[in-house]
Amino acid sequence: MLRSPLYCAVCSLPPEYCEFTGKLKRCKVWLRDAHPATYKILYDAEDDSVDAVSGKLAESSIGEEREEKLEKDLLKLQAKQENREQRELQMKLSSKVVIKREARTKKKSLVAISGLEVFEIDMKKLAKTFASKFATGCSVAKNVEKKEEIIVQGDVLEGVEKYIHALLEEKGLKDVKVEVVDVKKKKKPDTAAAGGDQSKSSK
Amino acid sequence: MFRKFTKEDVHSRSKVKSSMQRTLKAKLVRQYPKLEDVIDELIPKKSQIELIKCEDKIQLYTVDGEVFFFQKFDELIPSLKLVHKFPDAYPTVQVDRGAIKFVLSGANIMCPGLTSAGAKLPPAPGYENDTIVVINAENKVSAMAVGKLMMSTEEIKSINKGHGVEMIHHLDDPLWNFTVE
Ligand SMILES: [Zn+2]
Repeated sequence: MLRSPLYCAVCSLPPEYCEFTGKLKRCKVWLRDAHPATYKILYDAEDDSVDAVSGKLAESSIGEEREEKLEKDLLKLQAKQENREQRELQMKLSSKVVIKREARTKKKSLVAISGLEVFEIDMKKLAKTFASKFATGCSVAKNVEKKEEIIVQGDVLEGVEKYIHALLEEKGLKDVKVEVVDVKKKKKPDTAAAGGDQSKSSK
Repeated sequence: MFRKFTKEDVHSRSKVKSSMQRTLKAKLVRQYPKLEDVIDELIPKKSQIELIKCEDKIQLYTVDGEVFFFQKFDELIPSLKLVHKFPDAYPTVQVDRGAIKFVLSGANIMCPGLTSAGAKLPPAPGYENDTIVVINAENKVSAMAVGKLMMSTEEIKSINKGHGVEMIHHLDDPLWNFTVE
Protein backbone atom coordinates (compact mmCIF):
# COMPACT_ATOMS: atom_id res chain seq x y z
CA MET A 1 0.00 0.00 0.00
CA LEU A 2 2.73 2.45 0.91
CA ARG A 3 5.21 3.71 -1.62
CA SER A 4 8.89 3.77 -0.91
CA PRO A 5 9.98 6.90 -2.69
CA LEU A 6 13.33 7.18 -4.42
CA TYR A 7 15.40 10.26 -3.64
CA CYS A 8 18.42 11.49 -5.54
CA ALA A 9 21.68 10.92 -3.68
CA VAL A 10 23.13 14.09 -5.17
CA CYS A 11 20.43 16.73 -4.67
CA SER A 12 18.07 14.79 -2.29
CA LEU A 13 14.91 15.45 -4.34
CA PRO A 14 12.77 12.92 -6.19
CA PRO A 15 14.79 12.36 -9.42
CA GLU A 16 12.11 13.93 -11.61
CA TYR A 17 12.92 17.28 -9.97
CA CYS A 18 16.71 17.08 -10.44
CA GLU A 19 16.42 19.32 -13.49
CA PHE A 20 15.42 22.21 -11.22
CA THR A 21 18.32 21.99 -8.80
CA GLY A 22 21.18 23.08 -11.02
CA LYS A 23 22.97 19.82 -10.22
CA LEU A 24 21.43 17.88 -13.08
CA LYS A 25 24.70 16.67 -14.60
CA ARG A 26 25.86 14.95 -11.44
CA CYS A 27 22.33 13.78 -10.62
CA LYS A 28 22.12 12.03 -13.98
CA VAL A 29 25.44 10.27 -13.53
CA TRP A 30 24.29 8.95 -10.17
CA LEU A 31 20.87 7.88 -11.42
CA ARG A 32 22.23 6.15 -14.49
CA ASP A 33 24.49 3.97 -12.35
CA ALA A 34 22.26 3.48 -9.32
CA HIS A 35 18.81 3.16 -10.92
CA PRO A 36 19.16 2.55 -14.67
CA ALA A 37 15.46 1.75 -15.09
CA THR A 38 14.34 5.08 -13.63
CA TYR A 39 17.03 6.82 -15.65
CA LYS A 40 15.61 5.33 -18.79
CA ILE A 41 12.12 6.52 -18.00
CA LEU A 42 13.22 10.05 -17.17
CA TYR A 43 15.91 10.72 -19.73
CA ASP A 44 15.74 8.20 -22.53
CA ALA A 45 13.44 10.26 -24.69
CA GLU A 46 15.85 13.09 -24.20
CA ASP A 47 17.92 13.00 -27.33
CA ASP A 48 18.25 15.93 -29.65
CA SER A 49 16.59 14.41 -32.69
CA VAL A 50 13.91 16.58 -34.22
CA ASP A 51 11.23 14.04 -33.33
CA ALA A 52 12.18 14.06 -29.68
CA VAL A 53 12.24 17.84 -29.46
CA SER A 54 8.93 18.34 -31.19
CA GLY A 55 7.45 15.53 -29.11
CA LYS A 56 8.56 17.29 -25.98
CA LEU A 57 7.06 20.55 -27.16
CA ALA A 58 3.78 18.89 -27.99
CA GLU A 59 3.71 17.49 -24.46
CA SER A 60 4.34 20.86 -22.89
CA SER A 61 1.29 22.86 -22.00
CA ILE A 62 3.09 26.15 -21.56
CA GLY A 63 3.91 26.78 -25.17
CA GLU A 64 7.10 26.95 -27.17
CA GLU A 65 8.16 30.36 -26.00
CA ARG A 66 7.82 29.74 -22.27
CA GLU A 67 9.35 26.28 -22.61
CA GLU A 68 12.38 27.80 -24.32
CA LYS A 69 12.77 30.44 -21.65
CA LEU A 70 12.42 27.81 -18.94
CA GLU A 71 15.12 25.70 -20.55
CA LYS A 72 17.40 28.74 -20.74
CA ASP A 73 16.74 29.56 -17.09
CA LEU A 74 17.50 26.01 -16.04
CA LEU A 75 20.78 26.07 -17.92
CA LYS A 76 21.67 29.36 -16.26
CA LEU A 77 20.81 27.89 -12.88
CA GLN A 78 23.04 24.94 -13.60
CA ALA A 79 25.99 27.16 -14.56
CA LYS A 80 25.46 29.20 -11.41
CA GLN A 81 25.37 26.12 -9.22
CA GLU A 82 28.54 24.76 -10.82
CA ASN A 83 30.34 28.05 -10.31
CA ARG A 84 29.26 28.13 -6.71
CA GLU A 85 30.48 24.59 -6.11
CA GLN A 86 33.82 25.48 -7.71
CA ARG A 87 34.13 28.55 -5.52
CA GLU A 88 33.25 26.62 -2.40
CA LEU A 89 35.80 23.95 -3.17
CA GLN A 90 38.44 26.61 -3.81
CA MET A 91 37.58 28.26 -0.53
CA LYS A 92 37.83 24.97 1.31
CA LEU A 93 41.14 24.08 -0.25
CA SER A 94 42.63 27.51 0.35
CA SER A 95 41.58 27.80 3.97
CA LYS A 96 43.42 26.14 6.77
CA VAL A 97 42.71 24.57 10.10
CA VAL A 98 44.73 25.84 13.02
CA ILE A 99 45.36 23.65 16.03
CA LYS A 100 46.91 25.60 18.83
CA ARG A 101 48.25 24.38 22.15
CA GLU A 102 48.28 27.01 24.86
CA ALA A 103 49.74 26.67 28.28
CA ARG A 104 47.24 27.64 30.91
CA THR A 105 49.27 27.09 34.01
CA LYS A 106 52.59 25.49 34.62
CA LYS A 107 51.23 22.03 34.19
CA LYS A 108 47.93 22.50 32.42
CA SER A 109 47.34 23.38 28.81
CA LEU A 110 44.49 23.49 26.37
CA VAL A 111 44.09 22.96 22.67
CA ALA A 112 42.12 25.36 20.47
CA ILE A 113 40.99 24.35 16.99
CA SER A 114 39.89 27.05 14.58
CA GLY A 115 39.15 27.30 10.87
CA LEU A 116 36.70 24.42 10.76
CA GLU A 117 33.63 26.43 9.81
CA VAL A 118 34.08 26.22 6.05
CA PHE A 119 34.01 22.43 6.12
CA GLU A 120 30.40 22.14 7.28
CA ILE A 121 31.44 20.29 10.37
CA ASP A 122 29.02 20.41 13.28
CA MET A 123 31.22 22.07 15.92
CA LYS A 124 29.07 21.11 18.89
CA LYS A 125 29.03 17.50 17.85
CA LEU A 126 32.78 17.46 17.34
CA ALA A 127 33.26 19.06 20.77
CA LYS A 128 31.20 16.25 22.27
CA THR A 129 33.27 13.68 20.42
CA PHE A 130 36.49 15.19 21.76
CA ALA A 131 35.09 15.40 25.28
CA SER A 132 34.35 11.70 25.37
CA LYS A 133 37.38 10.64 23.32
CA PHE A 134 39.83 12.42 25.62
CA ALA A 135 37.69 12.23 28.76
CA THR A 136 38.03 15.95 29.28
CA GLY A 137 36.15 19.23 29.12
CA CYS A 138 35.45 20.60 25.69
CA SER A 139 33.49 23.58 24.48
CA VAL A 140 32.75 25.77 21.48
CA ALA A 141 33.70 29.42 21.87
CA LYS A 142 34.07 32.50 19.70
CA ASN A 143 37.66 33.65 19.33
CA VAL A 144 38.94 37.21 18.90
CA GLU A 145 38.06 37.21 15.21
CA LYS A 146 34.52 36.22 16.20
CA LYS A 147 34.93 32.85 14.56
CA GLU A 148 33.95 29.68 16.31
CA GLU A 149 36.66 27.51 17.74
CA ILE A 150 36.71 24.35 19.76
CA ILE A 151 38.56 24.43 23.07
CA VAL A 152 39.72 21.10 24.47
CA GLN A 153 41.07 21.07 28.01
CA GLY A 154 44.29 19.15 28.51
CA ASP A 155 47.43 18.34 26.64
CA VAL A 156 45.85 16.45 23.76
CA LEU A 157 47.47 18.15 20.78
CA GLU A 158 48.66 14.99 19.07
CA GLY A 159 45.34 13.21 19.45
CA VAL A 160 43.41 16.19 18.11
CA GLU A 161 45.76 16.59 15.17
CA LYS A 162 45.38 12.95 14.21
CA TYR A 163 41.62 13.12 14.48
CA ILE A 164 41.34 16.30 12.36
CA HIS A 165 43.47 14.76 9.63
CA ALA A 166 41.30 11.67 9.58
CA LEU A 167 38.14 13.80 9.49
CA LEU A 168 39.36 15.88 6.55
CA GLU A 169 40.43 12.80 4.66
CA GLU A 170 37.01 11.28 5.21
CA LYS A 171 35.44 14.40 3.70
CA GLY A 172 37.70 14.20 0.65
CA LEU A 173 39.66 17.25 1.79
CA LYS A 174 42.99 15.81 2.73
CA ASP A 175 44.81 18.57 0.82
CA VAL A 176 43.59 21.16 3.28
CA LYS A 177 46.41 22.66 5.31
CA VAL A 178 46.50 21.97 9.00
CA GLU A 179 48.75 24.29 10.95
CA VAL A 180 49.93 23.30 14.39
CA VAL A 181 50.92 26.09 16.75
CA ASP A 182 52.46 25.38 20.09
CA VAL A 183 52.46 28.36 22.42
CA LYS A 184 54.42 27.57 25.54
CA LYS A 185 54.49 29.78 28.59
CA LYS A 186 57.21 32.34 28.26
CA LYS A 187 58.12 32.34 31.88
CA LYS A 188 58.99 29.03 33.30
CA PRO A 189 60.40 30.03 36.65
CA ASP A 190 61.55 26.67 37.96
CA THR A 191 62.82 24.88 34.90
CA ALA A 192 66.33 26.00 35.77
CA ALA A 193 66.63 23.15 38.18
CA ALA A 194 65.67 20.71 35.46
CA GLY A 195 68.39 21.94 33.12
CA GLY A 196 67.50 25.56 32.33
CA ASP A 197 65.83 24.93 29.05
CA GLN A 198 65.13 28.64 28.42
CA SER A 199 65.75 28.78 24.69
CA LYS A 200 63.21 26.15 23.86
CA SER A 201 60.47 27.62 25.96
CA SER A 202 60.62 31.06 24.44
CA LYS A 203 59.40 29.95 21.09
CA MET B 1 7.23 28.64 7.25
CA PHE B 2 10.65 27.00 7.18
CA ARG B 3 12.49 29.51 5.04
CA LYS B 4 15.02 30.34 7.73
CA PHE B 5 14.67 27.24 9.85
CA THR B 6 17.90 25.79 11.30
CA LYS B 7 18.92 23.38 14.02
CA GLU B 8 19.37 26.41 16.28
CA ASP B 9 15.60 26.85 16.27
CA VAL B 10 15.08 23.58 18.12
CA HIS B 11 14.13 24.23 21.75
CA SER B 12 13.43 20.77 23.10
CA ARG B 13 12.97 17.16 22.16
CA SER B 14 10.83 14.63 23.97
CA LYS B 15 9.54 11.13 23.35
CA VAL B 16 5.78 10.83 22.88
CA LYS B 17 4.14 8.35 25.25
CA SER B 18 2.14 5.55 23.70
CA SER B 19 -1.20 6.87 24.95
CA MET B 20 -0.41 10.23 23.37
CA GLN B 21 0.74 8.41 20.25
CA ARG B 22 -2.74 6.90 19.90
CA THR B 23 -4.34 10.32 20.33
CA LEU B 24 -2.08 11.82 17.67
CA LYS B 25 -2.81 9.06 15.19
CA ALA B 26 -6.54 9.47 15.78
CA LYS B 27 -6.22 13.19 15.17
CA LEU B 28 -4.33 12.61 11.93
CA VAL B 29 -7.04 10.25 10.71
CA ARG B 30 -9.77 12.70 11.71
CA GLN B 31 -8.06 15.38 9.65
CA TYR B 32 -7.17 13.14 6.72
CA PRO B 33 -9.74 10.29 6.78
CA LYS B 34 -8.11 8.39 3.91
CA LEU B 35 -5.12 7.73 6.17
CA GLU B 36 -7.23 5.35 8.25
CA ASP B 37 -6.33 2.21 6.29
CA VAL B 38 -2.61 2.90 6.29
CA ILE B 39 -1.98 4.72 9.54
CA ASP B 40 -0.72 1.59 11.35
CA GLU B 41 1.56 0.90 8.46
CA LEU B 42 2.84 4.48 8.37
CA ILE B 43 3.28 4.68 12.13
CA PRO B 44 3.54 1.12 13.50
CA LYS B 45 2.74 0.62 17.17
CA LYS B 46 6.33 -0.11 18.05
CA SER B 47 7.72 3.01 16.38
CA GLN B 48 8.89 5.95 18.43
CA ILE B 49 7.30 9.33 17.86
CA GLU B 50 9.35 12.26 19.04
CA LEU B 51 8.05 15.79 19.57
CA ILE B 52 10.48 18.56 18.67
CA LYS B 53 9.46 21.98 19.90
CA CYS B 54 10.92 24.83 17.91
CA GLU B 55 11.07 28.59 17.65
CA ASP B 56 7.87 30.35 16.60
CA LYS B 57 5.68 27.68 18.24
CA ILE B 58 6.40 25.21 15.49
CA GLN B 59 6.19 21.59 16.61
CA LEU B 60 7.67 18.79 14.54
CA TYR B 61 6.77 15.15 15.01
CA THR B 62 9.32 12.60 13.91
CA VAL B 63 8.75 8.89 13.50
CA ASP B 64 11.93 6.88 13.90
CA GLY B 65 13.98 9.98 13.21
CA GLU B 66 12.14 11.34 10.16
CA VAL B 67 9.80 14.35 10.31
CA PHE B 68 6.32 13.03 9.41
CA PHE B 69 4.13 15.96 10.30
CA PHE B 70 4.18 19.27 12.11
CA GLN B 71 1.89 21.88 13.53
CA LYS B 72 1.93 25.55 14.35
CA PHE B 73 -1.68 26.03 15.35
CA ASP B 74 -4.09 23.20 15.90
CA GLU B 75 -4.02 21.40 12.58
CA LEU B 76 -1.47 18.74 11.75
CA ILE B 77 0.36 19.28 8.46
CA PRO B 78 2.06 16.37 6.68
CA SER B 79 5.70 16.64 5.63
CA LEU B 80 6.52 15.84 1.99
CA LYS B 81 8.38 12.72 3.12
CA LEU B 82 5.09 11.47 4.57
CA VAL B 83 3.06 12.61 1.55
CA HIS B 84 5.36 10.67 -0.77
CA LYS B 85 4.74 7.44 1.12
CA PHE B 86 0.98 7.72 0.63
CA PRO B 87 -0.06 10.66 -1.56
CA ASP B 88 -3.76 9.88 -1.94
CA ALA B 89 -4.96 11.10 1.43
CA TYR B 90 -4.76 14.85 0.99
CA PRO B 91 -6.57 17.63 -0.86
CA THR B 92 -4.37 18.21 -3.89
CA VAL B 93 -3.87 20.87 -6.54
CA GLN B 94 -1.47 20.94 -9.47
CA VAL B 95 0.59 23.79 -10.92
CA ASP B 96 1.85 24.03 -14.49
CA ARG B 97 5.46 23.42 -15.42
CA GLY B 98 6.23 27.11 -15.59
CA ALA B 99 5.44 27.54 -11.88
CA ILE B 100 7.72 24.77 -10.63
CA LYS B 101 10.87 26.82 -10.16
CA PHE B 102 8.99 29.56 -8.31
CA VAL B 103 7.43 27.02 -5.97
CA LEU B 104 10.82 25.46 -5.34
CA SER B 105 12.19 28.86 -4.41
CA GLY B 106 9.53 29.18 -1.72
CA ALA B 107 7.15 31.64 -3.34
CA ASN B 108 3.40 31.66 -2.76
CA ILE B 109 1.52 30.28 -5.74
CA MET B 110 -0.21 32.72 -8.04
CA CYS B 111 -3.67 31.85 -9.32
CA PRO B 112 -2.77 31.68 -13.03
CA GLY B 113 -0.25 28.92 -12.26
CA LEU B 114 -3.19 26.91 -10.90
CA THR B 115 -5.66 27.55 -13.71
CA SER B 116 -3.58 27.21 -16.89
CA ALA B 117 -3.67 24.21 -19.22
CA GLY B 118 -1.04 22.20 -17.35
CA ALA B 119 -2.58 22.89 -13.95
CA LYS B 120 -5.38 21.10 -12.11
CA LEU B 121 -7.96 22.18 -9.57
CA PRO B 122 -10.76 20.00 -8.18
CA PRO B 123 -14.23 20.32 -9.78
CA ALA B 124 -16.82 22.39 -7.89
CA PRO B 125 -17.45 22.65 -4.99
CA GLY B 126 -13.70 22.14 -4.50
CA TYR B 127 -11.86 23.09 -1.33
CA GLU B 128 -12.59 25.85 1.15
CA ASN B 129 -10.30 28.77 1.90
CA ASP B 130 -7.61 27.81 4.50
CA THR B 131 -7.50 24.16 3.44
CA ILE B 132 -4.08 22.52 3.70
CA VAL B 133 -3.26 21.29 0.18
CA VAL B 134 -0.56 19.14 -1.35
CA ILE B 135 0.91 20.71 -4.47
CA ASN B 136 1.75 18.54 -7.45
CA ALA B 137 3.37 19.64 -10.69
CA GLU B 138 2.55 19.06 -14.33
CA ASN B 139 4.04 15.79 -15.61
CA LYS B 140 5.54 14.93 -12.22
CA VAL B 141 4.51 12.04 -10.03
CA SER B 142 5.76 13.21 -6.63
CA ALA B 143 4.34 16.16 -4.79
CA MET B 144 6.64 19.15 -4.49
CA ALA B 145 5.06 21.32 -1.82
CA VAL B 146 2.47 21.69 0.91
CA GLY B 147 0.54 24.93 1.27
CA LYS B 148 -2.59 26.56 2.55
CA LEU B 149 -5.32 27.96 0.33
CA MET B 150 -5.64 31.74 0.53
CA MET B 151 -9.02 31.58 -1.19
CA SER B 152 -11.35 28.72 -2.10
CA THR B 153 -10.54 26.77 -5.24
CA GLU B 154 -13.70 28.15 -6.86
CA GLU B 155 -12.49 31.68 -6.13
CA ILE B 156 -9.08 30.84 -7.58
CA LYS B 157 -10.85 29.88 -10.81
CA SER B 158 -13.08 32.95 -10.96
CA ILE B 159 -10.72 35.64 -9.65
CA ASN B 160 -7.62 34.15 -11.31
CA LYS B 161 -5.14 36.73 -10.11
CA GLY B 162 -2.99 37.32 -7.04
CA HIS B 163 -1.86 34.71 -4.53
CA GLY B 164 -3.86 31.51 -4.39
CA VAL B 165 -1.78 29.30 -2.11
CA GLU B 166 0.45 30.28 0.80
CA MET B 167 3.68 28.32 0.77
CA ILE B 168 4.32 26.23 3.87
CA HIS B 169 6.83 23.55 2.96
CA HIS B 170 8.53 22.62 -0.32
CA LEU B 171 11.17 20.26 -1.68
CA ASP B 172 14.69 21.25 -0.65
CA ASP B 173 13.60 23.73 2.02
CA PRO B 174 15.21 23.52 5.48
CA LEU B 175 12.50 21.16 6.75
CA TRP B 176 13.08 18.79 3.84
CA ASN B 177 16.77 18.78 4.73
CA PHE B 178 16.23 18.59 8.49
CA THR B 179 17.59 15.49 10.18
CA VAL B 180 17.72 14.34 13.76
CA GLU B 181 20.05 11.72 15.01
ZN1 LIG C 1 19.26 15.05 -8.19
